[in-house]
Amino acid sequence: MTTTPVAGRTTTVAARATDLSKIYGQGETQVVALDRVSVEFRQAEFTAIMGPSGSGKSTLMHCVAGLDSFSSGSVRIGETELGSLKDKALTKLRRDKIGFIFQAFNLLPTLTALENITLPMDIAGRKPDKQWLDTVIRMVSLADRLSHRPSQLSGGQQQRVAVARALASRPDIIFGDEPTGNLDSRSGAEVLGFLRNSVRELGQTVVMVTHDPVAAAYADRVVFLADGRLVDELYQPTSEGVLDFMRQFPGGNPQTTEFDAKGRTS
Amino acid sequence: MFRTALRNVLAHKARLLMTVLAVMLGVAFVSGTLVFTNTISDAYQNSSAKGFDQVDVAVTPKSQEDEGNTINKTPELTQAQLDTAAKVPGAASAIGVVSGFTAMADKDGKLIGGGFQSQGGNYWGAKDPRYPLTSGTAPHGADQVAVDSETAKRAGYKVGDTIRISVDGPVLTPEITGIFTTDDGNVAAGGSLALYDTATAQKLFGKTGTYDEIDVKAASGTSQAALKSALDKALPTKLVETETGGKLADDQAEMIASSMSGLKQGLLVFAGIALFVGTFIIANTFTMLVAQRTKELALLRAVGASRRQVTRSVLIEAFVVGVVAGVTGLVAGIGIGAGLRSLMNTLGATVPDGPLVISPGTIVAALAVGVVITMLAAWLPGRRAAKIPPVAAMSSVHAKATTKSLVLRNTLGALFSAAGVATVLAATAMDGSDGQAPMGLGAVLLIIGVFILTPLLSRPLIAATAPVLRIFGISGKLARQNSVRNPRRTAATASALMIGLTLITGMTVVAGSLQKSIDKMASAAISADYIVSMANGNELSTDVDKRLDSTAGVTSTSPLRNAPSRIDGTTEYLTGVNGSAIGELTDLKVDSGSFKVGGDQVVVDDDTAKSYGWKAGSDFTVHYEDGKAQQLTVAGVYQGNELIRGIMLDNKVLTPHLTDPGDMQVLVKTADGASGATKDKLEKALGTNPAIKVQSKQDLSDDIAQIFTLMLNMLYGLLAMAVIVAVLGVINTLAMSVFERSQEIGMLRAIGLDRKAIKRMVRLESLVISLFGGVLGIGLGVFFGWAAGELLGAKMPTYELVLPWARMAIFLLLAATVGILAALWPARRAAKMNMLAAIKSE
Repeated sequence: MTTTPVAGRTTTVAARATDLSKIYGQGETQVVALDRVSVEFRQAEFTAIMGPSGSGKSTLMHCVAGLDSFSSGSVRIGETELGSLKDKALTKLRRDKIGFIFQAFNLLPTLTALENITLPMDIAGRKPDKQWLDTVIRMVSLADRLSHRPSQLSGGQQQRVAVARALASRPDIIFGDEPTGNLDSRSGAEVLGFLRNSVRELGQTVVMVTHDPVAAAYADRVVFLADGRLVDELYQPTSEGVLDFMRQFPGGNPQTTEFDAKGRTS
Repeated sequence: MFRTALRNVLAHKARLLMTVLAVMLGVAFVSGTLVFTNTISDAYQNSSAKGFDQVDVAVTPKSQEDEGNTINKTPELTQAQLDTAAKVPGAASAIGVVSGFTAMADKDGKLIGGGFQSQGGNYWGAKDPRYPLTSGTAPHGADQVAVDSETAKRAGYKVGDTIRISVDGPVLTPEITGIFTTDDGNVAAGGSLALYDTATAQKLFGKTGTYDEIDVKAASGTSQAALKSALDKALPTKLVETETGGKLADDQAEMIASSMSGLKQGLLVFAGIALFVGTFIIANTFTMLVAQRTKELALLRAVGASRRQVTRSVLIEAFVVGVVAGVTGLVAGIGIGAGLRSLMNTLGATVPDGPLVISPGTIVAALAVGVVITMLAAWLPGRRAAKIPPVAAMSSVHAKATTKSLVLRNTLGALFSAAGVATVLAATAMDGSDGQAPMGLGAVLLIIGVFILTPLLSRPLIAATAPVLRIFGISGKLARQNSVRNPRRTAATASALMIGLTLITGMTVVAGSLQKSIDKMASAAISADYIVSMANGNELSTDVDKRLDSTAGVTSTSPLRNAPSRIDGTTEYLTGVNGSAIGELTDLKVDSGSFKVGGDQVVVDDDTAKSYGWKAGSDFTVHYEDGKAQQLTVAGVYQGNELIRGIMLDNKVLTPHLTDPGDMQVLVKTADGASGATKDKLEKALGTNPAIKVQSKQDLSDDIAQIFTLMLNMLYGLLAMAVIVAVLGVINTLAMSVFERSQEIGMLRAIGLDRKAIKRMVRLESLVISLFGGVLGIGLGVFFGWAAGELLGAKMPTYELVLPWARMAIFLLLAATVGILAALWPARRAAKMNMLAAIKSE
């Protein structure tokens, strides 16, 4: 795998799920969250995962990102098969190969913005690459906020710190779990712009779960899930196109409150 | 409101667990103390009441005041008085009581019991109602003795055995002819009792033809009071006193009760310390619960609950917690009370049997303590809850401590601390007892000040740990930052540990310094190789000195003979010594004159000389016990100490005036110096007497050290409860922190911090908080120890501060261990947390 910036699309696969199933409970109460899902996330591609509430989109992301276990099938990050990894190896994989952006920012309030950005490297005990760090910080325009603590930053700024944190360690793939869910539309647009730029300019691979068609329109590709199955995908999506697509599903109107409230499996 | 409060308690069961445990331990300590002391006190009173069954009226000699230049000795009860008493109207019988000291040896020649409870007495007539024989016959003549059944059982003696006993000098080896039971309080409390026939007892105890007490039994139909007045008429009331058995039993019961209440109060002080430490945990827990429920409480306010109702709901929760803790604590306390008694029995301290006493007072006290402590500690958090504005229901921001209140807090803390330090320092400059009250006040002020200041102190002190924590990488860094994140909570947690360690360290410092100074005093003043004394502190027979003096290898000896005298109309005790040897047996510093004892030349210690206005060369007149007077001259003034003080004169001058001379100690110097062989030789010379202690200076030091070690260990044991409660506090704080930071922990796990590192992070935080408390506690303890020493030092010239570095290191290690242990469970919980749930939880 290479992590040098690559312009344009390649065919190298950053992460791949094959026949991935996740089943909760047993017998009568059994719930199938993921039903033999096979999907690839190519390097330097910005993918959005969409679907109605309970479709399994968050579960898919959690399983591929090594945050959750799965019942059968296989998940690979690069060449590494996750199914056989113990917690320790899985943790190390997340540390070294994966970046995360959460809905609730999840910064450490005791650390400054800069310390939060370099946290993954601190955990790994690595020195951050100064040049790359500068590039990332410049990109999310946080240069004058580095010594601030999260409580002194706005929501948009906090999420920009989170984006920088995910980018700083140059992971093979970044997963975003509703990264704009807690932001107003302007800040959300900013964060999505950074993510798209990181893919276009820096060759970063990004996978994002969202229920927002506008957010999905920033992606290169949208994959749709329903009832735990991969139902379709769309390249170079527009928000209108995504919205039209979503209307095909029962309860799939992303504008309904029901979608908002139950849009995430847990 | 009550229902909401109850629901809250149930909902937060797990989070309240440590709080309940902390209060419960304190309550258990209180109720355990009450149950134990009541039970013991009751048992002793019952057994002592039984001891007076045979006594309707007791006749005792009246002690006489010394007058002018004469020593009035307490008269003894005569045979004639006994005969008179037996014949007064209403008297059925009269027993003449003779008592004294008798040491008994077990079959290995070792003294049975500690010496202080080794008693001897007389078996009256053919059948003494006080001492029913269980086997054998009454003792007759000098070669027979009866032994109480408990002692016989303990040492394995039976009728027909020969036993080694000693009264004040030579060893006797009488035959045991009888074994008896008794209600004697001393025996019930684990002492021993040997009985001789009356003539033998009188001879052994130096009371030929006289009695210590006459116990008169009333004829049926005669009341104790009637008998008492009959006796008062028949006996010379100037020389004797009479008292009814009923009154004596009551007096004794009262004495037992008051000595027990001393013990009770002592124990309750430590229970109070544990409870005080517990309040920190309660306050921490309720502060956290209120903070977590800010939204909910604000909602209550928004829908119309008054501030008072909000406070009340918090207090009701505290009430429920207090009741639960009180009830469980009471049950645990009853268990502790019962356990302590059987523990004492197995340790050899015989406690009379009796039922476990759980008085209503104990139950009320336990519940009241539990409820009141919990509600008091929850009061401030409750008020804070009431201050939550209704609008907080809409915002997600928790109420934060304003900087203003910390400024106020720090100012207040600084004032208290400064006042405390100043008062303590001022007190150290004062004279001994005058300084005690100001020092206590200063100590309290300083402790309060440090409490208030701990949040401020936490930052620099914890920041100082950064270089060490850096070794642990990101875990160490996060742990350090987490520990100063909520300074108030960290401070309260560390303070709880601080209290226990302050007391422990302070006491260790004082005890160590005292031990050293007493040790120095003893060894510096004495150049003798051995000090011989009686195990119970009684006087030795003058025979002992003679025997030691004639033992091969002994170069010189001197008794320290104690005798009362009158000087200028006051009673003064003289110390009779061997004038030619005392100079080389002691090493006393002479202030003026020369250390010369012989003829009319005497030496006097500085305090006595000062009080009489004597200088070297002064003359004074002494009136001896036998009424004769003599003029003596002060040859020198020496520096006295706790061991050797007073007027020393030659025994050749003193002894002729004494009717019954006895020696407190005999100082011995040998040619070969102190060694095991020399000691054996001396002991053998004294007939391997179980009652006589032959101690080298080292033995004396060891004895002193042993007393201090025992005392310290007891204090450690009592303070352990406070430390255990503090451990619960650390667990509580960590569990709260882990719970509150679950989202962060989930994120850290997601971005690659492994379980081990999470555990390490929690453990290091715990370690940092505990060591913070430990350093504060040890620091304060040393300061208080030093200050108390300054007060003591004013009275003891040899006092010097001894800093127990090794102990202090152990205490710091103890604090660290507390930290590690307390973190076990919270760290595991943190590491096991489901990261997906944690990230999403709000």
